[in-house]
Amino acid sequence: MPNYTIKVNGNSHSVDVSADTPLLWVLRDHLDLVGTKYGCGIALCGTCTVHVNGNPVRSCVMSVGQVKDSEITTIEGLSEDGSHPVQKAWKTVDVPQCGYCQSGQIMSAVALLEKNPNPSEAEIREAMNGNICRCASYQRIHEAVTLAARETQS
Amino acid sequence: MSPKKNDQHFSRRDFMKATSLAGGGLLIGFTLFESCKPGAEPAIDLASLNYNDFNAFIKIADNGAVTIFSPNPEIGQGVKTSMPMIIAEELDVNWEDVFVVQAPLDAKNYDRQVAGGSQSIRHGWEPLRKTGATARQMLVNAAAAQWGVDPSECTSSRGVITNSKGETLTYGDVVNQAAGMEIPEDVKLKSVRDFHIIGQEIPNVDIDEIITGKPLFGLDYKKEGMFYACVARPPAFGQTLDAVDDSEARAISGVQDVVRFGDKVAVIATDTWTAMKGKKALKLSWKSDAALESTEDHHKILTGLLDGKSFETLRKDGNVKKAFSSADFVLERTYESPFLPHNCMEPMNFYADVTSEKIHLVGPIQTPKGTAERVAQVLEREVGDIHLEMTRQGGGFGRRLYGDFVLEAAEISNLSGKPVQVVFSREDDMADGIYRPAIKYRIAASVKDGEVTGYHLKEAAINSNMYGLIPNFFPAGALENYQVDVAKFDSKITTGAWRAPYTNFLAFAEQSFFDELAEMMETDRIQLRLDLLDKVKGTTDDRIQYSPERMQKVIRTAVDKSGWGKAPDGVYQGFSAYYCHNSHVAEVADVVIEDGAPVVKRVVCVVDCGIVVNPLGARNQVEGGVIDGIGHAMYGDFAFSNGAPQSLNFDGYRMIRIKDVPKVETHFIKNTESPTGLGEPTLPPAGAALANAIKAATGKRLYNQPFITELKDLRIPEKEIIG
Ligand code: FES
Ligand code: FES
Repeated sequence: MPNYTIKVNGNSHSVDVSADTPLLWVLRDHLDLVGTKYGCGIALCGTCTVHVNGNPVRSCVMSVGQVKDSEITTIEGLSEDGSHPVQKAWKTVDVPQCGYCQSGQIMSAVALLEKNPNPSEAEIREAMNGNICRCASYQRIHEAVTLAARETQS
Repeated sequence: MSPKKNDQHFSRRDFMKATSLAGGGLLIGFTLFESCKPGAEPAIDLASLNYNDFNAFIKIADNGAVTIFSPNPEIGQGVKTSMPMIIAEELDVNWEDVFVVQAPLDAKNYDRQVAGGSQSIRHGWEPLRKTGATARQMLVNAAAAQWGVDPSECTSSRGVITNSKGETLTYGDVVNQAAGMEIPEDVKLKSVRDFHIIGQEIPNVDIDEIITGKPLFGLDYKKEGMFYACVARPPAFGQTLDAVDDSEARAISGVQDVVRFGDKVAVIATDTWTAMKGKKALKLSWKSDAALESTEDHHKILTGLLDGKSFETLRKDGNVKKAFSSADFVLERTYESPFLPHNCMEPMNFYADVTSEKIHLVGPIQTPKGTAERVAQVLEREVGDIHLEMTRQGGGFGRRLYGDFVLEAAEISNLSGKPVQVVFSREDDMADGIYRPAIKYRIAASVKDGEVTGYHLKEAAINSNMYGLIPNFFPAGALENYQVDVAKFDSKITTGAWRAPYTNFLAFAEQSFFDELAEMMETDRIQLRLDLLDKVKGTTDDRIQYSPERMQKVIRTAVDKSGWGKAPDGVYQGFSAYYCHNSHVAEVADVVIEDGAPVVKRVVCVVDCGIVVNPLGARNQVEGGVIDGIGHAMYGDFAFSNGAPQSLNFDGYRMIRIKDVPKVETHFIKNTESPTGLGEPTLPPAGAALANAIKAATGKRLYNQPFITELKDLRIPEKEIIG
């Protein structure tokens, strides 16, 4: 098996996996970073969202071979203790139901607010539309993104 | 079951055991759900308390910190938060001092450990209160003994006990003495007005772990030396496995083994991706002895059943035939719905390690007891060999009531001699479902002299029919002539419970029907429902469990809160009200026309679910149920062709997304009735509220789900909107 060195949350990791292995499974099965979730494997649900050089990417369709020296950030890398403003907003609004989709939701929201700190309602909906929540916590997701934007502004 | 009778006394001695902890502190074990069974034998030798002999625990440390081991699996309805809240309330401590931990479970000793049917809170309410109250009394008794006074001279508040002289002891001060004392036989429950935790907005107890991505779910489970297994199953219902060529799969680096069991083949590998690849590399041939089923066949079969005569009658009052023959007119309508997959966000999975000594099972399951028994049976082992741990569950919706995936994991581990986690891909999850069955309803009602005189409901369903008290739901009890008939077709496609079984579609049919009936009768659609409910008042029929008074109240409140009848120009409203899972719900949907198509903007949802234990979690459930109801009514479609499902992932199966979502406004009716569940009851009425609003906006009445198919060719020019 080929060996890859990837940078995740500021640390370098070396893994022996086949080149077609999606980043998702490298994170989950080889690096024990299970915050990034599997939901569909075809870039349609958003549960596997991570940041690659600051951009939201569906890690289920990015192979480890494509990562090269990109900087990967996962939910575990947002903060040690849930103190990132988006995580805090998620807690204040008490967004999760089952919780399974929420790390992907949070990663999409963080990426949105980094590019657009003051998004309109339509921009929030647009940016979050790739993330399915089967429990339909959408109303609170919207509320939490709005709150995080407001808190970051002030 | 009324909390108003708070002077009731309960015998607890057989069901609780207290012991002191080695490092200081008190551990109280109790057997939840078994505790109210009269004459039940304690499952253990009370002299030697063993952690596994009870299914739930309260630990009180000598610093006063309280840990509650919550016995019910968390699938997203918030019971892991709300059930401990009830214990903490009666224990009379500050919520800030309470930690909640999922109790690991022993298959032998727990009974109702099922998160299904929105019943966790309803069944847990009294036993949980009694448990907390008993623990509180033990601590008070211990303090009284220390002071040498009678316990009746002591009071407790937020973890502090006070005697008549004003002296105080904290719970932590007396835990060691309490451990040695008798379990009090008679305890008093708090009065509802003294509640200080119940009714507060308490965040989900797992919130910090969820937002930081900590391992919580079944798929997150790791054990040194474990493998991953992906399973190839028959691609069509009705097929069996013929031949297996696994040479290519075995050649993949990382594939450890391939095992065949029944009509399935599992590829075991060092990581999930390799197992998925290995499964794809299998060359399998399948055969079928009989014809394979398609959706068109089901349409014909179900229609044939509705037109036919082979019904089972579930309720019959008076004579509907007679009412129909003497009516001014009879309205008859047929409604149809497709199969639906559950699509839990976390696909099915389970870990199993089967050795000659023990069977270790870990993962998300709603029915641990029944599942453990089946595993024992299939592997010809003792249930006592099984240790089953439940993880947090990435959604349930009924799917995780079925332990098929646990059995697979156990069989694969048994055959391969390896610890394995079975992982369903999304495609497996959709293709190997236990679906909401396709159903057709035909409803007919007769009207004479402006009154509804008869109502006849017929159900034709795949595999199984409505059950329990559903045939006695509204309008049963309101009409002299009323009949419910059901028929079914036995299919090879596996079906089962799906969030609010039967009512998830029946409510749409019934509440759409009443809307249309009111139009035909040229009467007010709300008044028609209120008048019918009037007739149910004072009923002595104990099969009628919905309350006409509570139903009228949610209806009137929804009218008021939604501004019913006063919507601004261009906003069209639809009404729906339904009782199920012991809760009463009314909903009003607001629809506007955007780009020629109806779009739902707001749903006002009024719920009577008794005392709301945790309003923060409860509103989340309400919002989720309403949006889920709208999403599936609008988009949910799942067809079969020659036994094989026609969509396998989110490209072919549309789920509701944030752009499609209306604003949901939730209102709870305040009362002191025992709490009823919320995981399900807000879903059923949503589809009809939306359909009735779409009718108001477009003139088009919807009879079939998903609506999107029926609305495909509909384009409303802005000016020609029908009011
Ligand atoms: S798992 Fe990657 S988008 Fe669904
Ligand atoms: S909270 Fe369950 S899928 Fe989003």
